[in-house]
Amino acid sequence: MKALYLVLLLAPAFGFSADAPPKVSAQQFVDLQQGNSAFPGFRRAHAKGICVSGEFRANGQLANYSRASLFKPGSTPFIGRLSIAGNNPTAPDLKAPVRSLALSFTSSRTEQWRLAMNTPPVMAVADPHTFYQQIQAIQAGPAAVKQFFATHPQSSEFLAWAAQYQPSGSFAAETYHSINAFYLVNANGQQQAVRWAMQPTVAVAATDLTDADALQQEITTRIAADQVVFDWVFTLADATDDENNSSKAWPAGRQQINAGQIVLNGSSAQLAGDCHAINFDPLVLPTGIKATADPILRARSAAYAESYRRRAKEQLQGALEGSNND
Amino acid sequence: MTNSDRFSLSMRLLHWGMAALVISMLAAGLLMIKSLEPWQLTIMTIHKASGVLAFVLVAVRLINRLRHQLPALPNELSHWQTTVAKASHWLLYGLLFAMPVSGYLMQYFAGRPIEVFGWFRLPAALQVDIQNYALFRELHGWLAFALIGLIALHIGAALHHHFIRKDNVLKSML
Ligand code: HEM
Ligand code: HEM
Repeated sequence: MKALYLVLLLAPAFGFSADAPPKVSAQQFVDLQQGNSAFPGFRRAHAKGICVSGEFRANGQLANYSRASLFKPGSTPFIGRLSIAGNNPTAPDLKAPVRSLALSFTSSRTEQWRLAMNTPPVMAVADPHTFYQQIQAIQAGPAAVKQFFATHPQSSEFLAWAAQYQPSGSFAAETYHSINAFYLVNANGQQQAVRWAMQPTVAVAATDLTDADALQQEITTRIAADQVVFDWVFTLADATDDENNSSKAWPAGRQQINAGQIVLNGSSAQLAGDCHAINFDPLVLPTGIKATADPILRARSAAYAESYRRRAKEQLQGALEGSNND
Repeated sequence: MTNSDRFSLSMRLLHWGMAALVISMLAAGLLMIKSLEPWQLTIMTIHKASGVLAFVLVAVRLINRLRHQLPALPNELSHWQTTVAKASHWLLYGLLFAMPVSGYLMQYFAGRPIEVFGWFRLPAALQVDIQNYALFRELHGWLAFALIGLIALHIGAALHHHFIRKDNVLKSML
């Protein structure tokens, strides 16, 4: 009887520990991302990208929620980067499952803000160690991915998004999500959990081009002809929403605020532009924005720093000399 | 014990205060660059702010040292032993300055302003300089290992004086 009790008592504990993935370090994570053949001098993730520049035109709607100076009516310039997921700086644009936009605002020497956003609105998993297993599965092939999702019911919202997502024919026509939540902090110290998305203002049908650089060429031509505009839309959590689980969206109908327009008006190859040198670590935040405790968000800083350290050292040692990233 | 065979109270307080601070800084540094856990950001923020504090403390300490008479080293020590003892102490000061300076410059060139205990922010470059970041990032790591080695030597020497030579050197700092 006593033994039975013990078994009943311990079973859930063992159950949990069998489910909990082994903990990995930032170095192990970046090793996995870079794979067997690292590309010296390039990012270990989102290695292929193009530099863009432009400005954020704030309408002032968010100024009551955050002290960050860039939300006051007016414009703030940025350096940005449009990229695709993956470790290969020459990968074909149209094969990538995820497209990305990163921004760096330098409001002053003491107030800077980096944002790195992706096309899916949610993660498939809620912590970095399970994310590591997801990447292992992706690297192992379709059967492993199927097995991974079969054993991770938490991925349902991500899978529902992936099933209906139609890649467009342009970086300009995608929606880029913060995925992780942050707090806005206003002048009275009041805190509001938010997520945001950069919403496109044009629609572009999927392309039948096959060129490896199709998206880069398209956006270069588009920006040269006219500015490319996104609306920066914030979604406000209410008290019942969990801001620390990036695999779960908040219910539809939450208050949304359009804070202004992100306007792209310049572009250049990544090694020719200013964006390559930047680590778009989303935990570089200005006064008025704070990190939530979301385990995915909190894991990003150390991993980005490890990737940045590796590529910066390689670049110092001359890895990019003579490379033009064509 | 007379005054001259013991360090002044201010020097002893600064010595042990900084010892605790610097050893926790080293431990925090080595842990936080590996960790993907939610506390990483918290430790990192404290590491940078305390590093700035350590810089101020070592400056205060150096000025304080130059203004005070130090207890003499034991007469039994040979010439080379006193030379090594003195050189190692100046090297410690050098590293205690170089650690926070390299840490700050690494962040400066990466364009990351430093938040100091929510009180003020130290400026960062307006334009990122990845090569200088790389230089100071690697330097911060190498200097940290040099500092760990020197601290180990320093503790070893103090214990050697106390337990083997049975002289007054360790007591003069207690
Ligand atoms: C635990 C979770 C994550 C890890 C470990 C991770 C890791 C990385 C690493 C190592 C880099 C390269 C950094 C560099 O060398 O500059 C990177 C880049 C990037 N990541 Fe993540 N990431 C994570 C989650 C996310 C999420 C949730 C998003 C989107 C919301 C995201 C979007 C991006 C983007 C857009 C870039 C490229 C930024 C650029 O253009 O430089 N990542 N990530
Ligand atoms: C007495 C002062 C300091 C000590 C003893 C110290 C020690 C360390 C150590 C041991 C590491 C790990 C290095 C490695 O293994 O490569 C580290 C990393 C780091 N330190 Fe310091 N540090 C000090 C001051 C500072 C200051 C003042 C700053 C910035 C203002 C700073 C910023 C950093 C950063 C950002 C990292 C991690 C870099 C990365 O993730 O790539 N440190 N520190």
